[in-house]
Amino acid sequence: MAGMQIDRLLFGDNQFFGINHMSEEKARAQAMRFQDTAAIIRVLDAAMEEGVRTFMCTTHDRIAEICDHMRANPAKYRDFRFYPCMPYAHKYANAVTEHGMIGAALHFMPDDGVFRTALRGATSLATKDIEGIIKILIDVEMKMFRGLSTPVIFLQNVIVDLILGMGMTEVFAIFHEHVRKKYGAEPGFITMNMPRLYHALTGIGIENPIICANINKIGFRTCGGLDAYAEVMRNGRLRAIAMSIFASGAIPPREAIAWLATLPNLEAVVFGASSRANIAATKALVDEYLGAGA
Amino acid sequence: MTLKIAVVGLGKMGLSHFAIVNAHAMTETVACDASGFLTDGIRRYAKLPVYRDYDEMLAKEKLDAVLIATPSRLHAPMVRKALEAGLHVFCEKPFCLDWNDSEALTKLAEARGRVTQVGYHYRYVGAFREMKRIVESGALGTITHVLAEAYGPVVLRPKGATWRTDRAEGGGCLYDYAAHPLNLLNWYFGEPEGVSGTVLAPIFSAETDDEVYSTLHWPGGMSAHLSVNWSDESHRKMSTKITMTGTNGRLYADRQECQLYLREPVPALPGYGRGWNVRYTTELTAPVDFYLRGEEYSAQIDDFVRAAAAGAGATLNDFASATVTDRTIAMMLADRETKATRSRAAPAVAAPRRRSWFGR
Repeated sequence: MAGMQIDRLLFGDNQFFGINHMSEEKARAQAMRFQDTAAIIRVLDAAMEEGVRTFMCTTHDRIAEICDHMRANPAKYRDFRFYPCMPYAHKYANAVTEHGMIGAALHFMPDDGVFRTALRGATSLATKDIEGIIKILIDVEMKMFRGLSTPVIFLQNVIVDLILGMGMTEVFAIFHEHVRKKYGAEPGFITMNMPRLYHALTGIGIENPIICANINKIGFRTCGGLDAYAEVMRNGRLRAIAMSIFASGAIPPREAIAWLATLPNLEAVVFGASSRANIAATKALVDEYLGAGA
Repeated sequence: MTLKIAVVGLGKMGLSHFAIVNAHAMTETVACDASGFLTDGIRRYAKLPVYRDYDEMLAKEKLDAVLIATPSRLHAPMVRKALEAGLHVFCEKPFCLDWNDSEALTKLAEARGRVTQVGYHYRYVGAFREMKRIVESGALGTITHVLAEAYGPVVLRPKGATWRTDRAEGGGCLYDYAAHPLNLLNWYFGEPEGVSGTVLAPIFSAETDDEVYSTLHWPGGMSAHLSVNWSDESHRKMSTKITMTGTNGRLYADRQECQLYLREPVPALPGYGRGWNVRYTTELTAPVDFYLRGEEYSAQIDDFVRAAAAGAGATLNDFASATVTDRTIAMMLADRETKATRSRAAPAVAAPRRRSWFGR
């Protein structure tokens, strides 16, 4: 989208929802600390005061409460932006175990939709308009953000990598089109397989895609190899967003961010923190090595 | 070298396997699913050969291998047909609901010289592999007790009915969840000589168990407690953990980390010192070429594809080892049928002691 500007530093949400790739104990402690949504909002406020105003968050049920708070205080959050990442995959995976594949799809369809009726008698997804179903699922996930700024909308890595592995790359185009047309937003893709995804997206004509992937000095979960990542960033045309930059704490912050500064084509960095001090420290390092953004 | 492999059954695990198999550099993939719910979508978007009928596919395609991810009840007959057609076979867990089938199919695969594997992916998780290495080093001294746990939020209310919630179909917490920690126990210690105190209880389900508890006994006196519950909302997703107590220390592992407390360092385990030693997933996990939901899922398929493409070779989880888990599950089901002795022995009463100001 013309003029669409991504901030250099984006705030992630793993720390709020008991996701920690290092330790289950730490994850649980964080889940306890942030089970009151007010505790999350305090951290978001601190981030905003430190100049970090983009929140890249999963479409977890609790994000809806944060959205309500933002809508209730429009002046305060005028410059605040959400980058929704959809869907929250565990919600669907558990529903499939409980209800089966069709049951799970039904479970998440709006109550009155025509697709609900269609799916009931489903023998085939293709004849029931796969495109229509995907659009409805996107709309269901986007409901909680109505009235708020969502300039970039991401497809989560579990879904991106599932579609990528299955070779159903044209499905990415459905997401791409719908996000642009209906929400006037830029589509983004989160992946653990960046080089492969980049080639798949450009292969179906999606140019200069926004791709968020693990990009870190030790190559933790950079599938296809760190060299292939560097190659795509050097020679490809994409807007790369680095996540897992500290590799779950395995790389000291200064070393991690200094290394990121050596990469071409890096648009932004997403990080998670639970305290104002950590937010400020990361912001200072990113300003020092990566600048505030173009 | 290319392996032509069919993924059969495109449910929750089947779809994930299909993506990983299809992304593998050494494979040519065919899909098969009876329901047709997804087959048209795959035909249209992935442009791959898709079958609704398993027998038709076996007859028409010149396959090297199959991956069976159908409901558990169908594993035995489908695996048999594949082996009789001379194919290498990867089967989703649990292997067979009747361990006699598991033994017969293990023999058949051996007679035909086929590569086999069952999808117990926890054996490919770095922290559990490290646990295996530590157990084999003998660093824990004599292991006296093990606690094997798995918790997660699958069935949280009294509704929903699929094959996964019907034990006769191979559903329920025992086959879906408990089989994983049991399979790890079998990997570390082999088959138990007996089980006792097995509880398979529903919480919300009508047709099957939602919580599973048991005590397992090994020769030499080592015992293990199994504690599994798939109706536990406090866990975000399935969480499996093993804790071992030995005369020289204590060892804990989950998907993220491996923690070892050593009373005395041992030469057989270099790099581990006295006291606490922690290794994280970032250092214990080998990279994979394609990632979906966890390195372990790709690593197990890579292991199978390479062995099958070479025409021979062992995997971490062949039919013989999965048969041990099926037999252990059968022991628990039998134990559950035996009437529990609920002894109500008179509680022992400690001799009354005069409490002083200081003696509390």
